[in-house]
Amino acid sequence: MCYNPGLKNLLVFHGTDFMHFGIVVFPGSNCDFDCQYVTEKILGEPTTLIWHQEKQLPDIDVLILPGGFSYGDYLRAGAIARFSPIMDVVIDFAEKGGYVLGICNGFQILTEAGLLPGALLQNRSTKFVCKWVTLRVESNQSAFTQLYTPNQLISVPVAHADGNYFLDPDTLAELENNKQIVFRYVDAKGETSPLANPNGSLGNIAGIRNKAGNVLGMMPHPERAADPVLGGIDGIHLFKSLQTAWNK
Amino acid sequence: MSEPDKETIPYHTLTNDEYEKVLALLGRKANATELAIFSAMWSEHCSYKSSKRYLSRFPTKGEHVIHGPGENAGVVDIGDGWVAAFKIESHNHPSYIEPFQGAATGVGGILRDIFTMGARPVALLNSLRFGPLDIPKNRYLMERVVAGIAAYGNCIGVPTIGGEIVFNETYSKNPLVNVFCLGIARKDEIVTAAAGGIGNPVIYVGSKTGRDGVHGATMASAELDASTEDRHTVQVGDPFTEKRLVEACLELIHSGALVGIQDMGAAGLTSSATEMADRGNCGIEINLDKIPLREEKITYEEIMISESQERMLLVAKKGHEKDVTAIFKKWDLDVAEIGRVTDDHIFRVKDKDQIVAEIPVKALTAEAPLYDRPVKEPRFQEMLLGLHIDGIAEPQSYSETLLTLLASPNFASKAWVYEQYDHMVQTNTVIAPGLGAAMIRLKGTQKALAMTTDGNSTYTLLNPYFGGAIAVAEAARNLACVGAKPIGMTNCLNFGNPERPETMWYLGLAVEGMADACTRFEIPVVSGNVSLYNETLGLGIYPTPIVGMVGLIDSADLIAHPLTPGFKASGEKIVLIGDTREELGGSAYLKIIHLQERGYPPNIDFDKEKTVQTLVREAAIAGLLTAAHDCSEGGLAMTLAECCLLSPAQVGGKVELAPPSIRTDGFLFGESQSRIVVTVKTTDFEQLKHRIESQNLPYTVLGETGGSGLDISIKDHPRASIHLSIDAMDAAYKHGLSDYFKDPAESD
Repeated sequence: MCYNPGLKNLLVFHGTDFMHFGIVVFPGSNCDFDCQYVTEKILGEPTTLIWHQEKQLPDIDVLILPGGFSYGDYLRAGAIARFSPIMDVVIDFAEKGGYVLGICNGFQILTEAGLLPGALLQNRSTKFVCKWVTLRVESNQSAFTQLYTPNQLISVPVAHADGNYFLDPDTLAELENNKQIVFRYVDAKGETSPLANPNGSLGNIAGIRNKAGNVLGMMPHPERAADPVLGGIDGIHLFKSLQTAWNK
Repeated sequence: MSEPDKETIPYHTLTNDEYEKVLALLGRKANATELAIFSAMWSEHCSYKSSKRYLSRFPTKGEHVIHGPGENAGVVDIGDGWVAAFKIESHNHPSYIEPFQGAATGVGGILRDIFTMGARPVALLNSLRFGPLDIPKNRYLMERVVAGIAAYGNCIGVPTIGGEIVFNETYSKNPLVNVFCLGIARKDEIVTAAAGGIGNPVIYVGSKTGRDGVHGATMASAELDASTEDRHTVQVGDPFTEKRLVEACLELIHSGALVGIQDMGAAGLTSSATEMADRGNCGIEINLDKIPLREEKITYEEIMISESQERMLLVAKKGHEKDVTAIFKKWDLDVAEIGRVTDDHIFRVKDKDQIVAEIPVKALTAEAPLYDRPVKEPRFQEMLLGLHIDGIAEPQSYSETLLTLLASPNFASKAWVYEQYDHMVQTNTVIAPGLGAAMIRLKGTQKALAMTTDGNSTYTLLNPYFGGAIAVAEAARNLACVGAKPIGMTNCLNFGNPERPETMWYLGLAVEGMADACTRFEIPVVSGNVSLYNETLGLGIYPTPIVGMVGLIDSADLIAHPLTPGFKASGEKIVLIGDTREELGGSAYLKIIHLQERGYPPNIDFDKEKTVQTLVREAAIAGLLTAAHDCSEGGLAMTLAECCLLSPAQVGGKVELAPPSIRTDGFLFGESQSRIVVTVKTTDFEQLKHRIESQNLPYTVLGETGGSGLDISIKDHPRASIHLSIDAMDAAYKHGLSDYFKDPAESD
């Protein structure tokens, strides 16, 4: 057994009392084990890593597209992963109402695959940025955010080179109207100031959902803010929101 | 005497004496490919021919040591069936010629050294040296080196959790890029780089071979000249391939099909094949017609010494060839069986049936030349030590002096750098960059590992023995400040041209200082790297030994509530443990404020140092300390300023002192060793005091935490007082480095 902390001491799960997580592993994914640690060790839910060449999904309730550099971000972040065999299945799963969470590179892949609108351009600084940022929860009217309060400020890390969210004004207006903007980068006072924006994204947007509410894409890493030893646990409520939604 | 014909032998760098030795060893003339192989294996970079006799002074054994030097990386036992593999390596020359790829491939190389041991890389650190940032070329070098490290480490998903950067004129034409990596494995799954099992297949995996990096090892073994047109000698990195290589190699190692594996690093196929054969005490035969190539008309010599990245050579168990192929095909990597293990102790290279090279393995390894280079103390050494301290005026304003130091890139915040590194991926980072030693927890255990890189080349220039010893002491002290016990060390010796007797004088004494410190502190050296010829146009760097040290933390409390330098809450006592003497020689204060790099560097008493470290570590484990910070470069004033700046709750400190018996600038900015500033709750103070006194250690209660700034007042000496708000210090600290890289179009 190699050092994969997430896979150690596999818990034994019985029956259907558990919410089953699936995490897609593309070549170059590097937050797959981090997500698995959270869903399996912290939430206590069974989790399956799914190789990108699979053409069907195991029996799962939530699908995570994790962060990383699928295909080395070559050509454009997410542009090649979008053509992995698994993506047809992911699209099918999403269209049938399955929960899909794209984090960082996962968000980039979701936009490339057309499951979410817009595009993630290179950070305005042209540099990779890794730090804790403050997010404002714009809407708790989703399966992903129901345990947050509206306008709650949460602390979650970002780590990306291409997080500069951009889209056309008409679609933006549509997102605003449908309350599809889920997270924005804000300062300590909760204001969407330019300095609080780590990448130059339009309207300080950090995360959006689809109209149906079952697909969420976000640049920040909630799985990095789920364990107190790492300095913050504001991200865990996103996963717990999903648990709550599923249990209903 | 037979003169080697340089016209027909392009990749040959042997001296005439070495050439004669080759002929004697072979008993015949060598062909061009054989000479290229000898040149690479006998290069300074691969053979350590100038430094080897010194390196034997390092203590390499200890209770935790599983593999010492000689493997791809050192391995230490961390308990509960887990081990840590780690090593530091330089990529100095390539990073000067092409900083982005030079630094990126440095990271790629050190990662491969770790996962070829069967360990999953979990942490990267680095130690960087550049010339002053007011020179545009130095800004360019730094920006691209940082970008290269970020590009590779971020993509592969290994967090860069710490390191250090120092600026000095000496590095303007010789920047240093030293990269450290640590990996974790189960003890019974560690593999080594030894070939074995006669008839076993030798398999090539990873990227195809091209001309990049041809001549890399020999380039790293010579001075650079005016032209930096050597870009073809710098390799090009592909972290995406390496990420797949990590996963594939770990999968292979755990499949049980593997005998041994080694990175094709410096001198590529040549060194990996011969070193594996050497360790396994066997021979290896390879077929060049089977090597995956990506360039046409590549010559035998070029294939043999290409340093194309992301390639591995491995020996598998006979009969398991298909398992190996399946794993690498799954990850879309090239895999080719290129030869076999033989029992004749010969390194044989063939092209179909034609023999291209045939050399006894030992001729390339054990028989490599060893030099006892002439040693001479530099003539200017005496002059450097001369410091007329009475001619140096004390500052008019100590507050201004502290601000000037804080704003200098050596002390200013390095956030501009480490925010470009993903320092959180793998979700283990307990102590992030910028806070002294970094720390990662080990999931599924009650353990954490702390890591640091340290080195002070000004001290080493002024007194190489103390410079070497202090590098070790300071690394161990940084670990003590987070409550970690040092369990092993690696080092990178960056020096100038070994053919200069003065270089060897520095090298010998620095190694002696490091070795003595390691022996006294009982810290084994388990791996390392030597980088010589750090000279351009005859100008060498200051001798720069860099230490990478790893410490173990077993206390769950210290993982849940890590000990960090920043003040935590008001009303706690600030205590300085250790003695402050008037030691301004070689100090940052003298260099930055008075523009002098001279004088005798601080003394170090190994016993006292060890006692201070043990005391602080034990007090940390006992939960007595709320903050701990090494008192070193910049002296006591800098340490206290950093305790305020790194305070999570913006807590300041108030210090009131009796007039010191030494110069006040020596007291506030001098760099006496074996000192640590700690804070302690008033209720715990008596316990701490008892511990300190029972060890007969000197200590001073400096004052109390609280307020929104740093206030240092010295009785009857108002001019020497420091009164600065945290905001004022932060303005200097935050902008001192980052402003050099500010986009003029950006305003904030």
